[in-house]
Amino acid sequence: MSSDLVLLAVLMAAVTYPSRAIPLLAPGIERLPERALDYLRLVGPAVLAALAAVSVMVVATDDGQSFHVGIEWLAVVASIALMTWRRNLLPGLVVGVVLVAVARGLGLG
Amino acid sequence: MTAGSSPQELAASRRRLWTEIAGIAVSSASFGLVYGLTARNAGFSPLEAMVMSLLVFAGASQFAAVGYVAGGLAWPGVVVLTALLNARHLLYSAALAPWLRDRSLLRRAAMAHVLTDEAFALSMAHFRRLGRADERGYWIAATWSTFIPWNLATLAGVVLGGQIADPSRYGLDAVFPAAMAGLCVGLVTGRRELVAAAVGASAGVIVSLAAGPGVGIVAGGLLGPLAALATPRPLVEAAVKPIDETGLP
Repeated sequence: MSSDLVLLAVLMAAVTYPSRAIPLLAPGIERLPERALDYLRLVGPAVLAALAAVSVMVVATDDGQSFHVGIEWLAVVASIALMTWRRNLLPGLVVGVVLVAVARGLGLG
Repeated sequence: MTAGSSPQELAASRRRLWTEIAGIAVSSASFGLVYGLTARNAGFSPLEAMVMSLLVFAGASQFAAVGYVAGGLAWPGVVVLTALLNARHLLYSAALAPWLRDRSLLRRAAMAHVLTDEAFALSMAHFRRLGRADERGYWIAATWSTFIPWNLATLAGVVLGGQIADPSRYGLDAVFPAAMAGLCVGLVTGRRELVAAAVGASAGVIVSLAAGPGVGIVAGGLLGPLAALATPRPLVEAAVKPIDETGLP
């Protein structure tokens, strides 16, 4: 069983724990400039959107990377639509996966 | 914040806490299962996926890490993005600090590890109902809403994922991008967040095409917020605080 990524998990934990613990252990130390807090609040949507877009729009080729249009886009659109409508992630995931599975079963993707 | 509350009030508030926990626990379990499946599909071993869930215990960054690793992002990039994604916990920890200041350092250090969006939201509501902190209530909220279901479901997902020969046949390869997009929508509470997401996605794709997905994802994550900060925020949005609504730790 591979354990190469265990060290990565430890490093990720090492940078996550301080943001959870520092204000609890040393109140007041967490005071960052408002601009920095605003930036940090905006990292979440930016990273998640980048991950989603790159996952479905960029594929590796022999020459590097190329733009990809595929049935996976449907899953992303379904997830965005249902999350916007219901504020619940799970229905969008289920609908997205079923759409992709059915489309592939029909030979469309 | 140590004003008393009667045993009846404590019992009533804890009953309400358990009710609130139930729905979140189901959601956490669902996403833990999906995380386990996704991690397995991306080549994580059960040990690697479980260590990440136990030690990092931060759903969005764990899902993101699966994408980073699959995209070939170098570890320093993964670590930096994880730190940025999880920095929001500073706000929760700072808000809880006044309630828990009379607990020992060791206890507060332990409580910090299980601090999530859900633990914060549930325990703050519980403390406010009581007018004082309830350490046991905090542990109940943090462990039963997310820590236990998330980790058990991760284990189930990663074991189950190993049994599926061709996940793409069942559309399971679409789970990751769909989950990232849905989680992103959950964080978009105003114009600035929308700009951050749009610029993050665009920059991510453009840079990925030129320099590879690893670089593109970092570029999207760093440039999106910069573009968003340059966007004027309507006054009505200023008071809105983004809270993850998804049930992820």
